[in-house]
Amino acid sequence: MDKNGTFNIIVVGVGGQGLMTLLKIISQAAFDAGLDVKTSELHGLSQRGGSVSVYIRFGEKVFSPLVPQGQADLILALEQQESLNGLYFANKKTVFLINQQETPTMAQTADKAEIEQELKKVVRRAIFLPASNVCQKELGSDVFSGVYLLGYAAKKGFLPFKREELESAVRETMPEKYWESNLKALELAGH
Amino acid sequence: MNKELLNQDSQKLILLGNEAIVRGALEAGVQFVATYPGTPASEIGNDFAEIARNNDKLYFEFSTNEKLAMEAVIGASFSGLKCLCAMKNFGLNVASDSLLPFLYTGSKGPAVIVVADDPSCHSSAQSEENSRGFAGLAHIPILEPSDVQECLDFTKLAFEISQKFNLPVMVRLTTRVAHQRAIVKTSDLPEASPSGAKFESNKHQFVTMPPRVLEMHQELLEKLDKIKEFAEENGINKLQIPQQANPKSRLARIGVITSGVSYLHVMEALRMLGIDVPVLKLGFFNPLPKEKIKQFIKPLKKVLVVEELEPYLEKETICLAKEVNPKLEIHGKSLLPEVGELKPEQVMAALALIIGKKLKPLPVVDFKTIKHKPRFCTTPVCPYWRVFAAIKQAAPQGTIFGGDIGCYMIAAFEPMQIYDYMFCMGSSVGIGHGIAKAVGGKQKAITLMGDGTFFHSGMPALLNASYNRSNILAIIVDNRITAMTGHQPNPGMGQNAEEGTVSEARIEQIVGSFGIKEENIKVVDPVDDFNGMVAAVKELYAKNELSVIIARRICALLEKKQKKNQDKS
Repeated sequence: MDKNGTFNIIVVGVGGQGLMTLLKIISQAAFDAGLDVKTSELHGLSQRGGSVSVYIRFGEKVFSPLVPQGQADLILALEQQESLNGLYFANKKTVFLINQQETPTMAQTADKAEIEQELKKVVRRAIFLPASNVCQKELGSDVFSGVYLLGYAAKKGFLPFKREELESAVRETMPEKYWESNLKALELAGH
Repeated sequence: MNKELLNQDSQKLILLGNEAIVRGALEAGVQFVATYPGTPASEIGNDFAEIARNNDKLYFEFSTNEKLAMEAVIGASFSGLKCLCAMKNFGLNVASDSLLPFLYTGSKGPAVIVVADDPSCHSSAQSEENSRGFAGLAHIPILEPSDVQECLDFTKLAFEISQKFNLPVMVRLTTRVAHQRAIVKTSDLPEASPSGAKFESNKHQFVTMPPRVLEMHQELLEKLDKIKEFAEENGINKLQIPQQANPKSRLARIGVITSGVSYLHVMEALRMLGIDVPVLKLGFFNPLPKEKIKQFIKPLKKVLVVEELEPYLEKETICLAKEVNPKLEIHGKSLLPEVGELKPEQVMAALALIIGKKLKPLPVVDFKTIKHKPRFCTTPVCPYWRVFAAIKQAAPQGTIFGGDIGCYMIAAFEPMQIYDYMFCMGSSVGIGHGIAKAVGGKQKAITLMGDGTFFHSGMPALLNASYNRSNILAIIVDNRITAMTGHQPNPGMGQNAEEGTVSEARIEQIVGSFGIKEENIKVVDPVDDFNGMVAAVKELYAKNELSVIIARRICALLEKKQKKNQDKS
């Protein structure tokens, strides 16, 4: 939380990984908690499998939809190399939760060790989680990895919402047929 | 679509900026909507398409280009309906031919034109076009919302202004407004009233022939003077004076003028700096409330103008300061970039400089970043992979490749990087033709354009290439839908938004009527008949005549969606 009481989240990933789903769940949870919310997202060309960052901010009063440099509280990386694109928004207290999954690029790549080394230049806590593997095994698809990361953040207190609050946000933002898998994904990380 | 958009009663909820535009128009009682999809404006059309289905009080169409959407709206306005037209910035260039005379004739039924700019080109090639320039060119009144609530409120206000002054009104968005989500309070939806549409002949008003057209120009300027008076008094130009202002404080003589999303960055920056200075937030970009600006800058020592892209407000402020405060120090683009969207930290740095506050510099860390470039879909597999594989096999070294606007533009990114030029809708053929004529038979161009782009503005380009005897090979990648902007129907699908099934426009028949030889037009499925695709490129490339390959294969995502729907039914 910055000194003005705004909680700043960045979600980075590759278009198609469900960034928008996370954005909707988190902002609904903040709305339900009676907080002010602003988010920013990208559509179109930027969604076609390319790098995408979305911003979620909530607190008593939020002005800009963009997270200022170095002000993120929590960065969720749905693809591990993408975590590096979150560094601009990080300070030493920022928590990184990183899905151990790699979408290759034709140009540069970085392996987990190199990513860790880069992140450690700025932050103390960069946590790699096998979200894709667990979701693939338990739920039959890694599309739930982001929600898994969210469940983990709630469990560890990296997010000012309890799992139950995220569960009701899931029910409010998604059609009923998707509830079961997403609630399961929240729970998987929660114990 | 967010079903809550149609809730009858007022409520508080989270909406996307574009959804708030839709809700605002519904609250204003909109009756006729036309659009051509373009990010960041696309969701407006998608939502209206769903809302208008089975709704006889609201007509909606995806027109085949923005000029035609504008003209549909002009016709409906002349017939007395409440109209909305939405497009991205470049669409307004296409529509401008009709927009300018529309300001001369004026509207009858109120008409609101929503235009979404994309500073930083998140979803655009082409340019960082700033549609505010149309204030000078077309004289169109322009409102600039900052947040989602204002998207709703300003849309309604735009309808009111248009109704009151009989001029079309523009609501100008940028990506960070159109694709911002925030909490809004809606109002009740009005009872749908009978349309009452009737075209009543009014040759005096709707025929722009000289010498009458000059009178119309004069009438337009007079209307704008009246709107300016309205703007001077209107609360959307908001003056914020610090609550515990000490008139003797140094900060009391420093002010900020801003509008659009920049206003939100200003407020964020002031809070981060822990200071409060007077802020003039403009809701009207055109006409500008010049008296209000003069009053604001008169007592100031320094003013910072915070706006994205070109310094329109800054230049106006410089002019106005000459009248009322020639010694005023005016800052804007001297401290803030003219290229790319603004970020709150940049505004904070500019403000800190002006007030003379030293900022603790953020630690500069040199870190590696890795960017994933957009690419063709892999699950399911996009048919364009096969199109480009075939071209690679068949086209000799030295071929000139012309690109266009649609999913296939992704081939401009690594690793393909195939295109030698890329501009705007339909231009692959137009520019390829110019190259062909310039170089004679010495070099040959292959151009790529999708079905949506062909119907939008590719048709006249191909007709010209045929008429003036070009030798390019134009490949039309027909994936049976306008895909990039989120799957909007086009004439090639045999579907439209309002009626569902309609007769299908056949690309091969259209180009066949342009005077292109029959043997130079081939229709190939690049997936089922990959070898045929390779052979067609080889064969037609070798000819020194205009030729067309229609690479027809349904978008893999659409195919998957259709199968799913079939399984359901």
